[in-house]
Amino acid sequence: MAHNFEPVAISTKEDFKLGGPVKWCAGCGGHAVLSTVMNVLPETGIDKDDVVFVSGIGCSSRFPYYINTYGFHSLHGRANPIASGIKASNPNLSVWIVTGDGDSMAIGGNHFIHLIRRNINVNILLFNNKIYGLTKGQYSPTTPKGSVTKTSPDGTIENAFKPGELTMGAQGTFFARTVDSDPKMMKKVFKAAAEHKGTSVVEILLNCVIFANQVHKDITGKDVREDHQIFLEEGKPMIFGKDRNQGLMMRCNKMEKVTIGENGVTEDDLIVHDPQDADDSNHYRLVRMELPEFPVAMGVIRAIDSTVFESALFDQVEHARKETKIKNMDDLLHSGNVFESKG
Amino acid sequence: MAKNHRVIELDEVVVKFAGDSGDGMQLTGNQFSDTSAFIGNDLSTFPDYPSEIRAPQGTVAGVSGFQVHIGHKEVSTPGDQADVLVAMNPAALKANMKWLKDGATVIIDIDNFDNKHYKKAGYTEDPLHDHSLEGYNVVKAPISMLSRDVALQQGLDNKGAEKTRNQFVAGLLYWLFNRDLKIGEDFLKEKFKTKPALVKANIAVLHEGYNYAETIEALSTTFHVDPVKGKKGLFRNMTGNQATAWGLLAAAEKAGLGLFLGSYPITPATEILQEITKRKHLGAIAFQAEDEIAGITSAIGASFAGKLACTSTSGPGLALKGEAIGLAVMTELPLVIVNVQRGGPSTGLPTKTEQSDLMQALYGRSGESPVIVIASSSPANCFDFAFQAAKLSLEHMTPVILLSDSYLANGSELWPIPEMKNMPDIVPPLVADNDEDYEPYKRDPGRLNRYWAIPGQPGLRHRIGGLEKADVTGEVSHDPKNHEVMVKLREAKVQKVADFIPEQEVIGPESADLLVVGWGGTYGAIVSAVNDLIEEGKSVALAQFNYINPLPRNTAEIFSHYKKILVCELNLGQFASYLRSKHPQFEYLQYNKIQGLPLFISELKVKCNEVLESIK
Repeated sequence: MAHNFEPVAISTKEDFKLGGPVKWCAGCGGHAVLSTVMNVLPETGIDKDDVVFVSGIGCSSRFPYYINTYGFHSLHGRANPIASGIKASNPNLSVWIVTGDGDSMAIGGNHFIHLIRRNINVNILLFNNKIYGLTKGQYSPTTPKGSVTKTSPDGTIENAFKPGELTMGAQGTFFARTVDSDPKMMKKVFKAAAEHKGTSVVEILLNCVIFANQVHKDITGKDVREDHQIFLEEGKPMIFGKDRNQGLMMRCNKMEKVTIGENGVTEDDLIVHDPQDADDSNHYRLVRMELPEFPVAMGVIRAIDSTVFESALFDQVEHARKETKIKNMDDLLHSGNVFESKG
Repeated sequence: MAKNHRVIELDEVVVKFAGDSGDGMQLTGNQFSDTSAFIGNDLSTFPDYPSEIRAPQGTVAGVSGFQVHIGHKEVSTPGDQADVLVAMNPAALKANMKWLKDGATVIIDIDNFDNKHYKKAGYTEDPLHDHSLEGYNVVKAPISMLSRDVALQQGLDNKGAEKTRNQFVAGLLYWLFNRDLKIGEDFLKEKFKTKPALVKANIAVLHEGYNYAETIEALSTTFHVDPVKGKKGLFRNMTGNQATAWGLLAAAEKAGLGLFLGSYPITPATEILQEITKRKHLGAIAFQAEDEIAGITSAIGASFAGKLACTSTSGPGLALKGEAIGLAVMTELPLVIVNVQRGGPSTGLPTKTEQSDLMQALYGRSGESPVIVIASSSPANCFDFAFQAAKLSLEHMTPVILLSDSYLANGSELWPIPEMKNMPDIVPPLVADNDEDYEPYKRDPGRLNRYWAIPGQPGLRHRIGGLEKADVTGEVSHDPKNHEVMVKLREAKVQKVADFIPEQEVIGPESADLLVVGWGGTYGAIVSAVNDLIEEGKSVALAQFNYINPLPRNTAEIFSHYKKILVCELNLGQFASYLRSKHPQFEYLQYNKIQGLPLFISELKVKCNEVLESIK
């Protein structure tokens, strides 16, 4: 008898479709993300009744209304603590946070770093379109410096956040990057995020057709993407480019872009990607890479094992339950200093 | 030990311990309280400390106090004025002189009464010789010197020896009140369980204080307070914050749910968080969040996931939680918000009491955002009202704000231990798995609550959120008429709670010249004042409110039976304003105090008499 090693699909894409209108603009990257998520969920082996989508405020955050799971569309920036409360209550649920660069990097910045620091086992899908869409075009914390927007008519004078750097700075255990125009890449990355135990941050470079159209075109454009992106895979050398002849190597403690065959560089000289590297130096280098010096890193950049908050929490609960003589409220009420009055 | 001195039988006595923040006065106060409880006195305590951990030594700003009122009769407050004051330094004396009864016993640590300390305390003259202590029984004890000598002999180092002087004080008090030293020894053995050297030294100092008191003539009179009559059974000495935490734990057990507390440390509410963190053995989860907002929103997540979810805070934190309370109103999830009030606005008086968050609790949110508001009125009944807050929240599917205050939170009183089987049932409106008729905003016709379907339950997947919901289906709706329907439904649901809470009670005659009205933590002082006035033959009664939104159904009916209504509260008149808006047919006189202090019995009596005079 043949063994089937595929995870048992206890749900299908159809189970997750709601049937109502999806009210994102035509051409918004959100549609592709939604469709990919619906494709991935059945493959995770998680019961459809055990999935929860939590969001904050913004275009991205309408997501829970478009997918047939338990869903919570909450307050601006607060999806992370709401999700934390859900996981600390029921660790068996598969909790997904859908957020944007305004929601997570600005108003919810504090919650973003603390969720990651705690390493609660949730998946964050961060729609990074580098603009406030729902309020119609103000700059966000990821808007490139100098950009002209409705609230920066003379160009922004603020440095932009890189979500990957924040994740690393908060001791994140999982960071991946993908683009809305590549469903295959998204699927791989979302699946890896779902499988990771701990907080998974997935930055999706997403196009806002109305207020920041083509903001990522230097990275995602059909003509440039192979030369301007590097898709990282565990255990494989860092190669990219249309002709697969470009790569990344370390020289004098610095990462360099090199061409295979030039100056004696061979494939063996390239860095082999190790997302589990306990030394995070290369992960930092990868999340920071920018055009034109470097290609932009895609795929799972970092995925390390570490203590998961809710596992440790419930271990403590179990331990306390086992050790105590106080098993219920009546026991507690009669514990310690009790005085008897004979009246 | 035979005693050759006069013993005075007292019905009640108020003792105040005062010293530097580091003098251990809170510990001695607790030790003395527990000892009194152990022998069967009724009691009420109140710690009074600065917001700095260690304010400059010897200054009035750095004085930390602990007041305990013990009684052979029932006591309801820590007392207006002290019969016995322990002052460890001149600053402690200076800060407390105005709270002394005539003829009070004043025990001072004479070792700290020198020019250097007088200067720090701001005395220009030596208070021991300027006649200001005339009429008091002043006991000048070399507390620091004797306790240090004994402790050093017992092998403690200088620093450790300094810290034993509070046990010398305890010893003095044990003698003064004819207490069994063994109770004090047991307290120390428990307190320093893991440090036998400290136990030994402190017990030796305790005895030294006792023996000193016995030897000197200044204390030829001692006091005896009999066990309280009519109180029978098992009791605990409970602070308001501990009682609040336990009330929430009890409600979770009764409802068959796990307890989740999402909270951020803030004075004077922090002990609630600390208490719940210790109760993992009962399955309780305390989540110390990164800020006030994460405290409440993590609780909202926990509520969505099927927990009895709570958050605890004080006024500034409640302000930060406002938006999230609105979310809980909109999503109609159960949530208990405990607000332990302190002096405000802004950082205000973090360690002092006030009742100035009432309007914030009632109205401090965007939109029409009704919540149930209830208030505890004694340290021990914080248990009952925390339990009741959880019950109402769970059964009516709505946030509840429970108002406590610094005075209740840190004060303590003897509490008859309840049995869980006698606590009321809590039945949240859960949904059966795969219920095909489930709709997120379908309501129970009796209570108007929606039903609670929990993620993970098969066949009940649904979405909620902060956008306006369509009636019944819970879909997002911007329909104008639907919005009005939903606003009115949410309000009606909260007002319906009036059918499920007890009617307002009155202490005193059903009709009289004057009805004193109070709410929440002022109960002890007001009931003492009103009872005194009734005993004096005055025509006065008390209605102390615990249920604020909605008000009890019989509120107007009660008010109609009195010639005058006097609303007493620790703010500029927030409850009075609220009553004017709800029952405008009555005239409300006000007595307000905004000093960070509780109401005093004496000042209330003066005010009541003034109003009674005006009626004649």
